[in-house]
Amino acid sequence: MNILLTALGVMAVLAILLGAILGFASVRFRVDADPLVDQIDAILPQTQCGQCGHPGCRPYAEAIASGEADINQCPPGGEDGIRKLAELLGVDFKPFDGDAAEPKPKSVARIDEATCIGCTLCIQACPVDAIVGAAKQMHTVIESECTGCELCLAPCPVDCIRMVPLGTSVETWKWRYPVIPIRTIKA
Amino acid sequence: MRQLYRFHGGIHPPEFKELSNGTPIVSPPLPARLVVPVSQHLGAPAKPCVAVGEAVLKGQLIACADGRVSAAVHAPTSGRVVAVGEADVAHPSGLLQTCISIETDGLDAWIEKTPLPNWQEADNETVRAFLRDMGVVGQGGAVFPTALKLGVSHLDTLIVNGAECEPFISCDDRLMRERAQEIVEGVRIAGTLTGAREMLIGVEDNKPEAIAALTAACAGTPIEVVSVPTLYPSGGAKQLIRILTGKEVPHGMRSTDFGVQCFNVGTLYSLKRAIVDGEPVISRIVTLTGELERCGNAEVLLGTPVEHLLAWAGVNTRCDGVIVGGPMMGFPLESRVAGVGKAVNCLIARSDTLLPPRPPAMPCIRCGACADACPAQLQPMELYWHAKAREFGPAQEANLFDCIECGACSYVCPSQLPLVDFYKFAKDEIWAAERDKKAADRARARHEFRQFRIERDKTEKAERLAARAATPAPAATPDAAKADAIRAAMAKAAERKADVAPPTEDAKRAAIKAAMARAAAKKAEQQDAGTPPKPALDDAKRAAIEAAMARAAAKKAEQQGTATSEAEAVPAPAPKPAIDDTKRAAIEAAMARAAAKKAEQQSTATSEAEAVPASAPKPAIDDAKRAAIEAAMARAAARKAEQQGAAAAEAEAAPAPAPKPAIDDAKRAAIEAAMARAAAKKAEREAQKGQDPQP
Amino acid sequence: MMYAPYLARPTTVSTVMFKVLAALLPAIATSVWVFGVGVLVQLALASVTALVTEALMLRARAVPVAPFLKDGSALLTAWLLALSMPPLGVWWLIVVATAFAIVFGKQLYGGLGNNPFNPAMVGFAMAIVAFPAQMAAWGIPHGPLSALDQLGWIFARELPAHLTLDAISSATPLDYLKTHIAPDMSATQVMASPLFGHFGGAGSEWVAFAYVAGGLYLLQQKVIAWHTPVAMLGALGLIAALMHLADPWYYSGAPFHLAAGATMLAAFFIVTDPVSAPVSARGRLIFGAGVGVLVYVIRVFGGYPDAAAFSVLLMNIATPLIDRYTRPPSFGAANRKRKEKSR
Ligand code: SF4
Ligand code: SF4
Ligand code: SF4
Ligand code: SF4
Repeated sequence: MNILLTALGVMAVLAILLGAILGFASVRFRVDADPLVDQIDAILPQTQCGQCGHPGCRPYAEAIASGEADINQCPPGGEDGIRKLAELLGVDFKPFDGDAAEPKPKSVARIDEATCIGCTLCIQACPVDAIVGAAKQMHTVIESECTGCELCLAPCPVDCIRMVPLGTSVETWKWRYPVIPIRTIKA
Repeated sequence: MRQLYRFHGGIHPPEFKELSNGTPIVSPPLPARLVVPVSQHLGAPAKPCVAVGEAVLKGQLIACADGRVSAAVHAPTSGRVVAVGEADVAHPSGLLQTCISIETDGLDAWIEKTPLPNWQEADNETVRAFLRDMGVVGQGGAVFPTALKLGVSHLDTLIVNGAECEPFISCDDRLMRERAQEIVEGVRIAGTLTGAREMLIGVEDNKPEAIAALTAACAGTPIEVVSVPTLYPSGGAKQLIRILTGKEVPHGMRSTDFGVQCFNVGTLYSLKRAIVDGEPVISRIVTLTGELERCGNAEVLLGTPVEHLLAWAGVNTRCDGVIVGGPMMGFPLESRVAGVGKAVNCLIARSDTLLPPRPPAMPCIRCGACADACPAQLQPMELYWHAKAREFGPAQEANLFDCIECGACSYVCPSQLPLVDFYKFAKDEIWAAERDKKAADRARARHEFRQFRIERDKTEKAERLAARAATPAPAATPDAAKADAIRAAMAKAAERKADVAPPTEDAKRAAIKAAMARAAAKKAEQQDAGTPPKPALDDAKRAAIEAAMARAAAKKAEQQGTATSEAEAVPAPAPKPAIDDTKRAAIEAAMARAAAKKAEQQSTATSEAEAVPASAPKPAIDDAKRAAIEAAMARAAARKAEQQGAAAAEAEAAPAPAPKPAIDDAKRAAIEAAMARAAAKKAEREAQKGQDPQP
Repeated sequence: MMYAPYLARPTTVSTVMFKVLAALLPAIATSVWVFGVGVLVQLALASVTALVTEALMLRARAVPVAPFLKDGSALLTAWLLALSMPPLGVWWLIVVATAFAIVFGKQLYGGLGNNPFNPAMVGFAMAIVAFPAQMAAWGIPHGPLSALDQLGWIFARELPAHLTLDAISSATPLDYLKTHIAPDMSATQVMASPLFGHFGGAGSEWVAFAYVAGGLYLLQQKVIAWHTPVAMLGALGLIAALMHLADPWYYSGAPFHLAAGATMLAAFFIVTDPVSAPVSARGRLIFGAGVGVLVYVIRVFGGYPDAAAFSVLLMNIATPLIDRYTRPPSFGAANRKRKEKSR
């Protein structure tokens, strides 16, 4: 009986001690991590195109965080984006669905300024306010701010907006992944 | 004997210098056509300032420096501009870049030379602007605009880099042997400009002739020529600084933080030519070597097609490619029609006998040979594993960006791995990711602001509705001003009618009604203006207040417009907040303000219209996000003001676009400034138009 | 066309491996002189097994076979293993150990460059754990067996009529010391047995010297760095000397420990294996010292007579950790830190 009590006592003391240590550690070494939604949102490309079926990247981030949406719904993010999401959330990578939109090369919208009638509809559609203009005035797209979401294309009554792929320039060119000829080519 | 220091690692590759260093510098014949790239330096490409068809003289400015980090480009010979546009350049990507093509006329006629004889009296700023406009850039390979490196007043040590450690290259060697006097002159000028206490020229001991020539030229000057042991890459700026002063300049810090600045001998030579002789940089010494009949060094006019040089030097049949730069850090030339730029110090016609291809690569065996050879004291194998696995975070932690891409690690690797290739790949990926992230952050901020704006508009509307519900008087309006204005106009019409006709009961009643309406409108407006700025994001608060102010102003303008039937102009140029260049932002803000003022003045002159600068130029802050939000908010305010203005059935105002935060692209900023100006002008025109129909 | 650098030192992995193999030749010669042709038989068996296993594994992994066979790494593993096994061990012992080393020590991890453990030591450890009896019987130096008899013994376990097992084999000095030391028998007395030669074992001490010679050649050729061997031998010698000082009755001195068993083989050929050792100088010092200490501890206090294999394997486990914490500061890092602090 005594032994039992001693054992219990030791256990209790240990439990209290360890609990205190853990509690202290959790306060002392707390990592102030961003809330999950922010972390997910930071990975999403912010194109704000709605192709994921959500009205913008943040709603999609919220949907992912709450488990309502899958991680493979964002075409602009590409497979890289899915991979990063998978890593963050600790789930398996999964490719885009068969019917999901395919990632496209990065493009920007360009308005044919001669045709534009200045209806301002595209301004209202642009999620990042990258179109400038005023009623009955020619409109133009600020290329550096355009995310290539294509949302302005549909509303234009005269179809004068086009997507122009951004090619590679000397400034944006990237060194390709090195290929090592490990395999000796047989003659 | 000066004490020399050692840097870690280093290698002794075969030199191959004797191929080209035995003959004096020669001048190749003039090619029929020069293809001069406008981007021959680090930083913003120069802006072409000649038109196709224009005749140019040798040394004439053909593209001017664009911004601070840039350098001008000059016509290397006289002739006619035949094209300005994309052409092949010597770049590893093989992509096209803007070039100015000149058809030479064979006269080689100089424009009047403009030296800077009184550079000693001129202030540092003037000399630097002069050098920038003379196109002086570093000729060691990094082509950093020299003007920027001279912006120091008290240097401990000015180091002149004549080490030329890379195999095959001998252009600096020949330059030092043949033009030592002029180099020393250049060193003296640079030394004076930077207030250097000590001036050292470091030359590897495998160039005794160059050392002798320089020593002779330095006699009687405080400049010291130091012979440094031959060890690749002692010609790296950081390595040479370490050898000569013992100071280690880490990555991400400037050597001037340590009181040292380093220039290439070729750079100081061209600096001397610019300041003393008034000759801009239009040529450079290029080593032509490898599988050529006549290897040697040539003073090549910039823009000379590589093809022309090879043909002149007699390329032999074994040659199967051209390497630009040395064999350690150079790159294969994609197109031989590309013109020589300021960075091209060597052209090697390669062949498998000269530079045998590497044996097939094997996996890394962690032998550590690369770490022993690395002058940056890195663990190259670690960088390699991470880069190979695309683990860019760990690669950066392993100090990837300290790597100077010297290739020493790859040279010694028994597994024959193309290590530097992986580092370049990783660096480019990281930079691209950085660009994408910045763009995404900007887009996020803009999108969030847009959401906020829409939300705010909605609440405002709701509040106004609530206000109307609260007052028994006829509506102070959802689209308050609009309805009010219409009503007021109607009332006025009635009044006018009443004026004509004898006052009747009806008219009286109408007048009362109108008065009431007006009072209600005023009350509503007061309420509107009096509503406290909505609770908003921290930063948005100030912007919101400003927006409210703008709105109030707009309303006032509208009232006046209603009362006097005058035109109203709402130019709303929001100056671009610049991210990291406050100065530029300030200038642009001033420009925008000036434009606004002009528009305003003109419209005031023609009418009583009132300009509503929608937002005061805010001091540029370095937080891009906040800047973006504020800019967008200002624009929103402008747009709203415009809507209300339009409602007054008066002249229409074109809101000037609130241009985006200038990133670091001066060009775009300029375009936007121009756009702002155009908008202002348009607004002004509109104002006039609106005023015209009035008597 | 390839990218820079276009110049490269002609050294390849094979060059490195074959230099190491060459450095083993003096030790092989000495071994043959001391223990007889059995050593050569072991080497041949190991080599053939290693090459065949490696080829099969490469084929199974769908990796080109020829370049990896030619790099000499499998051969090196085989030789190192053969030299650490008993020279008169039964033929299947070395075959099994080598195959195990190549398959489980190397290829299953991804082959050359990817193995976290030294393959030869993996094979050795497997053998000593699984077949302790066969591993314990070492040949007597300059024993009575002729070359032919050695072959017969290795392949068929047949002895000439006039000889018994005890006449041809004995424990290793380390084993002998461990089993004979007692309160009434001091280390010095035990080591008076002829088995011990001058320092660490009759005959085998000459082999140790041959390893040192090969190691010096490798150092001179810059194939290996001095850090690991020096740290290992230093740590082992130091700890042995200290223990000897503390209690000479039980603990033999530094020379014995340095010359005995596989110490020199380990110091110059095993711990210097680049793939499974740390890469930085500091890391190598720590690694070498760790192996030295472990060798002593396992030899003297542990259950196995020799300890090189286990010590190396244990330190191999620690290699990534050591690498991580011994990354040398990059060029100018001290200055960068100072600046950051002053800010
Ligand atoms: S699909 Fe479009 S809106 Fe959705 S997360 Fe991707 S970029 Fe954002
Ligand atoms: S939607 Fe089309 S027509 Fe209308 S403003 Fe935009 S570009 Fe012009
Ligand atoms: S030199 Fe090559 S094989 Fe050796 S550690 Fe470096 S990368 Fe690996
Ligand atoms: S290329 Fe980079 S990692 Fe390799 S030796 Fe040079 S500095 Fe070191």
